[in-house]
Amino acid sequence: METKLQPQTKIDDAGVELDEQALEQMYWEMLRSRRLDERGWVLHRQGKIAFHISGFGHEAIQVATAFAIRKGYDYVHPYYRDLALNLALGYTPREFMLALYGKQGETTSGARQMPSHWGSRRLNIVSGSSPVATQVPQAAGMALAVKLRGEDRVVITSLGEGSTSQGEWYEGMNWAGVHNLPLICIVENNIYAISVPVHKQMAVQNVADRAPMFGVQGVIVDGNDVLACYRAMKEAVERARNPQSKMRATLLEAKTYRPVPHSSDDDDRTYRTREEVEAWKQRDPLMRYQAYLLERGILTEEKIAAYEAQAREEIDAAQAAAEAAPYPPPEYALEKLFAPSPGE
Amino acid sequence: MPEMTLIDAIREAMDEELARDERVFITGEDVGPRGGVFRATLGLYDKYGPNRVIDSPLAELSIVAIGIGAALAGMRPICEIQFADFIHPAFNQIVNEAARFYYRSDGQWPVPLVIRAPYGGGIGGGLYHSQSVEAFFAHVPGLKVVVPSNPRDAKGLLKSAVRDPNPVLFFEPKKGYRLIRGEVPEGEYTVPIGPAQVTRSGSDLTVYAYGMMHFYTLQAAEMVAAQDGIQAEVVDIRTLAPLDKQTILESFKKTGKALIVYEDNRFLGYGAEIAAILADEAFEWMDGPIRRLAGPDVPGVPFSHSMQDFFMPSVEKIAQAMRELAGY
Repeated sequence: METKLQPQTKIDDAGVELDEQALEQMYWEMLRSRRLDERGWVLHRQGKIAFHISGFGHEAIQVATAFAIRKGYDYVHPYYRDLALNLALGYTPREFMLALYGKQGETTSGARQMPSHWGSRRLNIVSGSSPVATQVPQAAGMALAVKLRGEDRVVITSLGEGSTSQGEWYEGMNWAGVHNLPLICIVENNIYAISVPVHKQMAVQNVADRAPMFGVQGVIVDGNDVLACYRAMKEAVERARNPQSKMRATLLEAKTYRPVPHSSDDDDRTYRTREEVEAWKQRDPLMRYQAYLLERGILTEEKIAAYEAQAREEIDAAQAAAEAAPYPPPEYALEKLFAPSPGE
Repeated sequence: MPEMTLIDAIREAMDEELARDERVFITGEDVGPRGGVFRATLGLYDKYGPNRVIDSPLAELSIVAIGIGAALAGMRPICEIQFADFIHPAFNQIVNEAARFYYRSDGQWPVPLVIRAPYGGGIGGGLYHSQSVEAFFAHVPGLKVVVPSNPRDAKGLLKSAVRDPNPVLFFEPKKGYRLIRGEVPEGEYTVPIGPAQVTRSGSDLTVYAYGMMHFYTLQAAEMVAAQDGIQAEVVDIRTLAPLDKQTILESFKKTGKALIVYEDNRFLGYGAEIAAILADEAFEWMDGPIRRLAGPDVPGVPFSHSMQDFFMPSVEKIAQAMRELAGY
């Protein structure tokens, strides 16, 4: 059941039953997210946007998750690093650009929230806040609703390893265990909570080591290997969807790394060496997967160039649309205070 | 009309809503077979089963968070916090999450949630079983805050709260659970969230109150009418947020004098906002100082009877405050 962590350069495709088209589609989702994310950093450096928070380096577990669930049917309550997850579920670069620029028509919050707080009724992606781990007990509540109604949905929530220090995480996981809920909690462990390393967050080796205390399934996976992540997620989803499972809930820890600062307001040179960050490049989930697909002949240099061009074109168009869009009317700040009662 | 206690009216509201809408469920500590420590959910577990009345782990923040999540997924949860004093671990979930979900998602994710909590002192509960927490939550846009003062309103307002597509905090004056009795209409009815109610007509001054203090205020008004010939108008605020300013202002323009009674400590309590609104929007009608009668500014209601009685506003204290203001 448990996937061993193998921090290496290879892709572990054992038991993964995806056709070549799906494998290529995963690459595209990872690539597009990476390039869009990079554009966010560039736009911030150019002074065009006020803030960017990144999912750079986390693409493998996120894209794998989107491919392992039923999009638009299962509930997803993500966290701020989940750009690739959102894109792979149907959120568009154009929507993300409107969020970065805070422009009218921004789809997740009406441009009220900072970027990367997500939310789409259409895609069953829940709106997030900034205090961390608040989504976990809420996701457990969604899973309780699913179970009470006898539906076969699963609920996905995600957070960083630092956020597992919050009481809200413990309480949410406890409900998942007590009520055997169809909940998958993905911990994207990038070993830093802004500047604080993981050994100052917890005394155990792995976040997933805490699974037995909740009575949920613990899984550790190489979060930079998209196919290992897919396999682990697929197993977790099958367990969750089956009401006969003894343990429907999973605590899935994806070991990854964030090779960029926490956000556009952070300077990671104050807490880690450049050598450490450089070493990450050997494990870059995008480059690893690209090498794997080249070796299998699914990708070619020509195809890669075409995908790069397509990503650039899509992102350029999204940026242009956001730059051309107006800001929301100031008075829009007064709207959407309360949901209207039926009949109002 | 049958007469019943406040707690029976609250139970009947939940019973009817559980029967009416299968999306409704109750969770909280001891709400199951035990029927709640105050017996508000007595018999509901037996009637509706373990999937409708769910004993929670002993952890308030997740009682609320589970409710939020279930509400997001289309359910209509009623969360019971055993004492309002224990709601503070859930503050983040109520204030940062429930209150802001609809706004922050541009209307995509409403949170139809009810949080019930017994509040208030005078019951020998000391610092941690006596608190009045309504001002914390009434301050936050996106929350509705309701405090009933009688069985009829309690039942009708709670039913409205369950049907409301927004988060509603429903604070119940626990001292009145079995003390306050009143007539409750037979059959289906609701009382709308929002409107305040003039519960006694008078011309000398207006007293604004809610919950247990409203119950006392009506008694005090009768006392000063009989003993001193003072005719007090009494306004039951009922919905603390969003506030019915019109009823508040209309009564003040009639009497020109205002006393606000609340059992929270005084400083920045709910009465401060009423006072500010009157001073700001009805200055020309003001015929005396705007007075607040509340608890002293200490960290809680002390346990010992002598100190508890010192802390709590009472019928006598309210009557005395009315006399002073009427004589101004």
